[in-house]
Amino acid sequence: MGDSLLVDLSRLQFAFTTLFHFLFVPLTLGLGPWVAILDTAYHRTGDERYARLTRFFASLLLINFAIGVASGIVQEFQFGMNWSVFSRFVGDVFGAPLAMEGLFAFFIESTFLGLWIFGRDRLPRRVHLATIWLFVLGTWLSAYFIIAANSFMQNPVGYSINSSTGDAQLVDIGQVLFQPLTVWAWLHTIIGGVIAATVFVFGVSAYHLKRRQHVDIMWKSFKAAMITGILAGGLQFVVGDALGVVMVDKQPMKMAAAEAVWETTGPCASLGIIAIPNMQARDNSFEVGVPCLLSVLATNSLDGEVTGMNELQTQYEEQFGPGNYTPNVWISFYSFRAMMGFGLVGAVWMLFALWKTRKRHLPTARWFWAISIWIIAAPWLGNLFGWIFTENGRQPWVVYGLLKTQDAVSNLSTALVASSLIGFVLVYAVIGIVEFRLMRRYVIRGPQSIDEPMPGEPPKVTPSLPGGLR
Amino acid sequence: MLPYVFFFVIAFVWSVFLFLEGFDFGVGILTRTLGRNDEERRRIIRAIGPNWDANEVWLLTGGILIFAAFPAWYAAAFPSAYIPLLLVIFALIIRALAIEYRSQRPSHRWASTWDTANMVASVFLPLLIGVFWAGMVHGIPIDAEGRFIGSTLWSHISGYSLVGGGALLTFSIGHGAIFLALKMTDGTEKRAEALAKPVILLIFLVMAGFSLWTWMSYSDDGAGLVAALVTTAAFLTSSLLVYSGRFLAAFWVNGLGILAFMGQIFIALYPNVLPTTLTDGLTLTIEGAAASPTALSLLAIISLIGIPAVLAYQAWSFWVFRGRITKEVAAESHY
Repeated sequence: MGDSLLVDLSRLQFAFTTLFHFLFVPLTLGLGPWVAILDTAYHRTGDERYARLTRFFASLLLINFAIGVASGIVQEFQFGMNWSVFSRFVGDVFGAPLAMEGLFAFFIESTFLGLWIFGRDRLPRRVHLATIWLFVLGTWLSAYFIIAANSFMQNPVGYSINSSTGDAQLVDIGQVLFQPLTVWAWLHTIIGGVIAATVFVFGVSAYHLKRRQHVDIMWKSFKAAMITGILAGGLQFVVGDALGVVMVDKQPMKMAAAEAVWETTGPCASLGIIAIPNMQARDNSFEVGVPCLLSVLATNSLDGEVTGMNELQTQYEEQFGPGNYTPNVWISFYSFRAMMGFGLVGAVWMLFALWKTRKRHLPTARWFWAISIWIIAAPWLGNLFGWIFTENGRQPWVVYGLLKTQDAVSNLSTALVASSLIGFVLVYAVIGIVEFRLMRRYVIRGPQSIDEPMPGEPPKVTPSLPGGLR
Repeated sequence: MLPYVFFFVIAFVWSVFLFLEGFDFGVGILTRTLGRNDEERRRIIRAIGPNWDANEVWLLTGGILIFAAFPAWYAAAFPSAYIPLLLVIFALIIRALAIEYRSQRPSHRWASTWDTANMVASVFLPLLIGVFWAGMVHGIPIDAEGRFIGSTLWSHISGYSLVGGGALLTFSIGHGAIFLALKMTDGTEKRAEALAKPVILLIFLVMAGFSLWTWMSYSDDGAGLVAALVTTAAFLTSSLLVYSGRFLAAFWVNGLGILAFMGQIFIALYPNVLPTTLTDGLTLTIEGAAASPTALSLLAIISLIGIPAVLAYQAWSFWVFRGRITKEVAAESHY
């Protein structure tokens, strides 16, 4: 059913706009608490260095958040505009988490961020501090509700099918909100955000330490980011593995494709490092693997077996009728590896940097600083590949086992969707470049002394605090 | 019962959105006109700085509630308005960045470019949203399966929907001018007051025309007449208030007016949510398009907790940032 070019363009547009949005989400999720902790440290100690750090990282957070909000609005419209069959099918179930996101998270985020930004001279100190924490709560809750909705697409629970309309209908909101997949995927996303933010703070601090500027405070943030990032990396390994185990159970096809496992394995299955999948022959032309590792990762035991795609394909054909139920194995296999590689390399590098700086001595080697700065990009790639992996692995379904992607699109003209896709690419290219350059400018400018006006801000009417640190 | 409740909850949420974002749009449109230099324009934007983002969430909530409470309505209306909504999305993106980024660099050219972008986006937003709603009252081609099957380019465009868009555009300009008359100092508020006078009369005329058209063509019952009269009377009253210099009262009466405006639209739709223009098509009704009782009950609980809580803390935020934006206020420390 459906014009396949229309389906492809609609998918491309959704993928493009959502991935663009997700360039900004992780940093907000991770940098929010970082700024809140810095502000709390300032409130508790009165140490002006924390105030300078708060202000510096807050300016970066706000530039990032503005574009995150702007690009996030799109999704609320796009479900209906491009995926109206999907919207009608899931609306009954999807509505609740989305309404909760709006009323219990978005409003909290936006209202309390406004109060925090502009309220420093108007609110009692404790109340002012509470507003930034409420903002963080809002962002984390927002992520939770969206992940809950997404998890319903990956593994539908708590619903029944309405016999007259054929659409999904809410039965048990508890299951929709708290199925294990939601909880693990949310933790995975939040930690991914924390890793992105710590590597970002680490890299930004490295930029100034390399030039021996603002060393007093940048060393503080460098160290804190390093330690938090290493811990988050370790935690992500555990959480990611737990999520993988849930997925092997709920979406075996996705995980089989992730490992390019065509035939069901015996015990002690090997984990592919490189594979050349042949989707026509339904086999790998070439593969190199580590013995037994797959069994351990997928089932947490040495002799666990992993069901292969061919067996699952036969099983799905019996269940759903003829059709191809295997996602693109190339994308699954390599995006899975890219996610893990890029996602964790930051933490590994920070572990090395921790060792390099163990004597509180700043390295002089140029390559050390260059890598420490460029590594900022890695968690971004990790996060993007993670979404590419999980959404590609869901194919050909938009709601797993219930509605196929090709049947879910709106009845629009192909030319219209092609035009809107081009429109999105152009607009996002412009605002992406503006954002990047603004961000870069603020990073390079570095932390200011506390009574220095922000750019565009007039000089203070009354100087607030005497003398900066330097 | 619950579908009808949500039908009017949605009308209420959209009214709150227009009441709050109406002045944000107006401020965006008027920044360059009323602010003679960068310092004044920066202060004008500062007047909406702490709240505009939360105000915008009312639009998202209004959209989500249609999705959640009436999935079939959402699924038919949104693709039919593909082009207007796409432009709404782009305008929202540009406006958000214009407000947040205009003061991020010391360059005047940078700020001025963003102010122009904000102006253009803020003109399009109320216009398109008005076209979207009035277009639904007019009806769209929906086939017997409940699917939209027309040309997205023209489905929402009619003489009536353009008047609806014009009504919201003029409302936003006037509401924004009144807002700035209340928030500014040092002469800017005088210019806002002067501008508000002709604009509020224009709002009254356009709203009266729209009300007459709605009542004559789309709802000939008593409730429609009452809503049309309340809309017209409200904007007549706020015109009189503006001319007698009582801007705060005019600001609140505008709220009543916009509530009655959305009331008219929903009364005209009632008992449908989306009429079809095809003879053999399917008109979506409140009952027919509604979500299941389980979903609606849950949504009722969410709304009953969420909406009053949001109104309360948002009101508190407005209270925290009350008062005029003097040079001292603009110099308050912020991040």
